Amino acid sequence: MGDRLFGGIGIALAAFFIWQATTIQESFIQDPVGPKTFPIIIGIILGLSSLAILLRPDPKPDWPAVGRLAEIGAAVVVLLAYAYALPQVGFLIATAVTAAYLSWRLGTAPLYAVAAGIAISIGIYVVFHLILGLSLAKGPFGF
Amino acid sequence: MDALASLADGFAVALTFQNLFLALVGCFLGTIIGALPGLGPSNGVAILIPLAFSLGLDPTAALILLTSVYYGAMYGGRISSILLNIPGDEPALMTTLDGYPMAQQGRAGEALALSGVASFVGAFFATVGLVFLAPLLVKVALLFGPAEYFALFALAFATLGGISSTNQAKAAFAAALGLGIAMIGVDGQTGVPRFAFGEVHLYDGIDFLVAIVGLFALSEVFIFLEHRGDGSGEGKDAKVGIGRITPSWSLLRSTSPAMARSTVLGFIAGVLPGAGASLGSFLAYTVEKQISDKKGTFGKGDPRGVAAPEAGNNAAAGGALVPMLALGVPGSGTTAVLLAMLLALNITPGPLLFQQNPDVVWGLIAALFIANFMLLAMNIPMVGLFARVLMIPPKFLMPIVAMISFVGIYGISGSTFDLLVMVIFGVLGWVLRKLDVPLVPVILGILLGNLMEANLRRAMTISDGDWTVLFTSPLAIILWTIAVVGFVLPILVGKRIKRRMHMAEEEPGGATSVD
Repeated sequence: MGDRLFGGIGIALAAFFIWQATTIQESFIQDPVGPKTFPIIIGIILGLSSLAILLRPDPKPDWPAVGRLAEIGAAVVVLLAYAYALPQVGFLIATAVTAAYLSWRLGTAPLYAVAAGIAISIGIYVVFHLILGLSLAKGPFGF
Repeated sequence: MDALASLADGFAVALTFQNLFLALVGCFLGTIIGALPGLGPSNGVAILIPLAFSLGLDPTAALILLTSVYYGAMYGGRISSILLNIPGDEPALMTTLDGYPMAQQGRAGEALALSGVASFVGAFFATVGLVFLAPLLVKVALLFGPAEYFALFALAFATLGGISSTNQAKAAFAAALGLGIAMIGVDGQTGVPRFAFGEVHLYDGIDFLVAIVGLFALSEVFIFLEHRGDGSGEGKDAKVGIGRITPSWSLLRSTSPAMARSTVLGFIAGVLPGAGASLGSFLAYTVEKQISDKKGTFGKGDPRGVAAPEAGNNAAAGGALVPMLALGVPGSGTTAVLLAMLLALNITPGPLLFQQNPDVVWGLIAALFIANFMLLAMNIPMVGLFARVLMIPPKFLMPIVAMISFVGIYGISGSTFDLLVMVIFGVLGWVLRKLDVPLVPVILGILLGNLMEANLRRAMTISDGDWTVLFTSPLAIILWTIAVVGFVLPILVGKRIKRRMHMAEEEPGGATSVD
């Protein structure tokens, strides 16, 4: 994706934003500006700057190869799953698995990555929960 | 001397056992964060804010902890610049130019010690400047009405975008994106939901802490995932011998004019909204090179080339606190993050802060002085220990960063929805960084959007809907003029400066972080 496509997406976003702003319901409490005007101004700036990006694009960034993109996509999925899993299975287990995955994908050998994940999870648990008293997600086993 | 009396009160606040301890912890953590490649002051502080918040520290204590981290990170950034030729953060970039050659000549210890002293000089005098300049600025700020504040916010966006990006359009895009995100949620004045799409979680708006941690910390993890294996993200071994770790008097004497000049330059660069520490160290280095480089030794391990950027970036770090505390408008990326911290604690920076919470302001400033001495004392003898921290490879460090980000955000709200939003912001941050869109205006927009709108609407209510009120007072006209100049001027001259900064960046290569 180069700057031309980026600018195009920006203009579409600005148009959507302005359209949404015009649908904001007016309240019975009124002030001279109202809740719509400022968002519309922002939408216009967003659109104009997108147009400028589209018309005068920078050189294309080096997008990573498909494999790397898939790598990042997979990490995003794992992190989203982690967010859902935290309250279900508890902090220690969810964190150990996620940290092990990330460490593995960043180049640790699989067995070491499992050890690293467990160590990171227990380390954070000890420091932040046991020492600092922060509340972490509790799973069915209480940790 | 009002300022000195207030400062004395500040020391009374800062010199409690708890606050001293927090300053010490902050300095230590900050130095480590700064030293680690890929973690800089802004993402380091961003990770720690939610933690300070969920630990239930009172505002003064939390602020002392985080500004100590901020100062510490500024000190720490130089360690990996000198030993590994990888800047620990963007402001430390210029230090690689002469620091690494010194290390290759077996003078790493000397370079580290010298840069420690230079950092101290820069930070110390910048804090002195803060003591005197901030109250003056507060007096000016008391003349501000809603219209002037609106102009001031516009000025902050204009100059921040103007300096922190090569492409003005992208800076403007980033600011508008941030402001747009701030509009999500129930409108504070009329109570109608905006851009919530019927999603109850969005009625409260997007928590800026969630956005900051996602944009700064998580996006860093994605950058490392992207670069795994191609060398730029890997930790190198600190092979270079450290050597003696105390600077000789003659070395200090020969570099002191460089430090003095750079401190002044750095402080000025820091006070200007939007410029920040990167510009401070860049200006300090280039000016020093112009003045002192008679024999062509710069770039080949000249001690003055180490002292100048370090004094410059630490002075800028102190200078950037002036507009943040006095006007509520941050001078750099990291101070934007600190502003988020204050807002999260329900403290609105600006002139009223000095009247309503003098204990917070002056306690903080006193703590900065103390932190400075701690950092100097810590950095000279313990530099070997910090150098060893560099050995932690990213394959272990980055999972820790990601997990701590989740812990911090979950600790505040316990909400899965916030975690999901944070991941989305992480991806957004990665995409924007790939496209060379600066992240700091986005953060600033999210932070200041609602205040900016509130001031606009207040001004309009007072003038009964007459838009010309925004441009009538002399103060407002001055602010608008600076804003326009600050946005347009970099289009004309900024490209040159920025290109030279990027050229300097490409020589050492390696991972840099956002400032």
